[in-house]
Amino acid sequence: MNPADTNQVCSAKIDASCRVPLLALFGGAALWLVLGLAFALIASLTFHNPEILAYCPCLTYGHTLAAANNLLVYGFAIPAALGVILWIFARLSQAELVLPIVPVAAANLWHLGVFVGVATIFGGGSSGYTWLEFPRAAAALLGVSFVLVAISAVATFGQRQERELYPSHWFLLAALLWFPWIYSTSNLFLGSNHPVRGVAQGVINWWYADNLVFVWLALVGLGTAFYFIPKISGQPLKSRFYALFAFWTLILFGTWIGIPAGAPVPAWLPTTSALASYMLIIPIIAVAVVLVKTLWGAKVASFGGIFCYMRFGTVMFLISALMLVVQACPKHGSVLEFTWFGQAQVQLQILGFVGLILCGAIHDILPQIMSTELPFKKFVQVQFWLSFAGLALYIIPLAVAGVMQGNAVYDPAAAKVPLMICTSGLMLLLAGAVLLLVNILVMTFKWKIALAKSAYAAVTAPLESSEVKS
Amino acid sequence: MKSGFGVFFAVVIALGGSWVGLVVGPTLQLGTAKQTTVLVSGDLWPQQRTGEATLGMQVYRANGCAACHTEQMRQDGVSFDVVLTSPGKTPAVATAVSNVLATLKLNDLDKEEADAAAGKITDLGGKVETHLSATGTDIKRGWGVRHSVAADYLYDAPVQLGNLRAGPDLANVGGRLADANWHLNHLYAPGIVSGSRMPSFKFLFEVRKAGAKPSADALLNLPKEFAPADGYEVVPKPEAKELVAYLLSLRADVPLYEAPFTPVTTAKP
Ligand code: HEC
Repeated sequence: MNPADTNQVCSAKIDASCRVPLLALFGGAALWLVLGLAFALIASLTFHNPEILAYCPCLTYGHTLAAANNLLVYGFAIPAALGVILWIFARLSQAELVLPIVPVAAANLWHLGVFVGVATIFGGGSSGYTWLEFPRAAAALLGVSFVLVAISAVATFGQRQERELYPSHWFLLAALLWFPWIYSTSNLFLGSNHPVRGVAQGVINWWYADNLVFVWLALVGLGTAFYFIPKISGQPLKSRFYALFAFWTLILFGTWIGIPAGAPVPAWLPTTSALASYMLIIPIIAVAVVLVKTLWGAKVASFGGIFCYMRFGTVMFLISALMLVVQACPKHGSVLEFTWFGQAQVQLQILGFVGLILCGAIHDILPQIMSTELPFKKFVQVQFWLSFAGLALYIIPLAVAGVMQGNAVYDPAAAKVPLMICTSGLMLLLAGAVLLLVNILVMTFKWKIALAKSAYAAVTAPLESSEVKS
Repeated sequence: MKSGFGVFFAVVIALGGSWVGLVVGPTLQLGTAKQTTVLVSGDLWPQQRTGEATLGMQVYRANGCAACHTEQMRQDGVSFDVVLTSPGKTPAVATAVSNVLATLKLNDLDKEEADAAAGKITDLGGKVETHLSATGTDIKRGWGVRHSVAADYLYDAPVQLGNLRAGPDLANVGGRLADANWHLNHLYAPGIVSGSRMPSFKFLFEVRKAGAKPSADALLNLPKEFAPADGYEVVPKPEAKELVAYLLSLRADVPLYEAPFTPVTTAKP
């Protein structure tokens, strides 16, 4: 055997070790993505006719929207990211997944937590804190499962042959550390029987929201993109230095954003946040440099393929981060504050940036861990273009709605038309997500049937044949 | 850096900075806050909510009203108005004062301009008061008289600041819309505000057959198009009443050290 072959055999083994945990993580994630977008779609109907959801106490706008957002982040983004992290760590370590049974159990606990959380929101049991609406029981399930997956990921990381760290390692390790930290802190400070008093709750909530939606998702998205972009384009990441520079500036400045100007808190808090937002320009430039330098001259024929997911997703990060900077400028910020513009930034970060990168990664990883082609290969391209059009019809009108609403000093009727256009964008995004779910479901189903068949064959096989084999 | 531990410690320090700054710091600074005193009157602020309003805060949370409403007012700055309280004792002084008044700008001044204008009038023997008021788009829009300050939220749990104004800011809704019956009608049928884009919360009410005498708390004055069929009446459930008690408890309308202004009502004759 030549070395390349051993390498391939090795990769096949590594991939096989990831199969069951990743199926559990990705399958649930795709299901929650579909449901999350469906609820976002339902919520957006309120802006066509405010009375549409008014008759059902469960389905009020407040419930549906909170459920949608939680499903997109906790249901889809985090488990999908965990699956991708496990696989990237195993591949970079050239080692099989350590303790694969642990992430399998954790994935199921996680999905159970999401289910409990969302059911509670519909029942009116939301905690009232943004991005922390889940009740205590669900939060505990999520926290424990995350730590379990992280243990398996870090143990796999410890198996690596090559001691030198790859830039993706930095981003993804930091993500594994940061989520348990922010999640436990905010749940202890806000969710306990004696939450902190008064407006300090608001500050902690802002800190958490920024660190979850901006920093955590950025760590995961960029870490994944910096793994796949060089791999697919066949060019090395250019350069390691810029990537690490982006990493450090992102966590140094990104973590301080989130306290809006003029908030009813001591003035040093919003001032610090605004300064940190301006400094975001530095990681934005660094990421842009990495992207341009790495792809300069690279010829990748990819008409909506995985490469497009990665490249477009990274560009969406640049735009989403720039939107944060714009919101921090006093001139624009005072117009855009409390408008749909902020929602547009959040949705772009979740669906445009991380959503695309994670869906691309799942499309790439699935055939490898299952050692078979995707059942519907064309869906990869179709989903990309659906998402592309969907994002354009969802995020741009939302941002425009924000500007209109801000210029009209919050007149509720100002942004009627763009808000109605958003619904069509959500429909396209939803259609794309359904394709991903179908691919995963069919694949899982086929695999289960094959498993059952081989088990059946093993049981019914005549004795000699098994003797011959051994 | 070759070792995972090196990365680990550096990352802990970089990330932990924001944890110390935005979680531990504010908790120490704000978490022990106490009531403050209202300027002029010296009353304590804020007052603890009634039991009903405290329950209403949970109805507001459970229904996710914060998805469309903020509870935080902003202000850009302050401006001063000079108001004549007495034109002077003698007719001669009065004419002199009124002559000067005609030449002076009295509204929308900064502190120095206000002092200068007031000085000119008092020099002649007239009497003036300087009124301080907050400025900014939220205030111009009529949502309140000053910006929200940390103290306003002392008794809120959860604090529901909100981050989107699909509807008006509610930090001072109890101050500007003090009629409980209006709120009940509005929750049942937001359409009473023409062109409203707010969903109704009909499930907080019960439509039932009216007895010989209408119930004491049945909704009054519902416009025709929202009124129930003849012989029926709309009665708020306890949640609706609690929610309205909470809405009425939302006020940011007293001057505080951090947010001074001259209350109109204290201008005694
Ligand atoms: C889909 C967004 C939405 C939701 C959810 C919502 N509102 Fe509104 N709300 C509005 C809009 C738009 C207006 C302005 C039109 C009007 O007055 O009806 C408004 C107006 C109001 C007003 C009148 C304020 C004023 O100054 O005129 C009050 C009070 C109010 N809402 C309370 C609530 C409460 C309490 C809830 C939760 C039970 C709630 N709203 C949920 C959108 C919403």
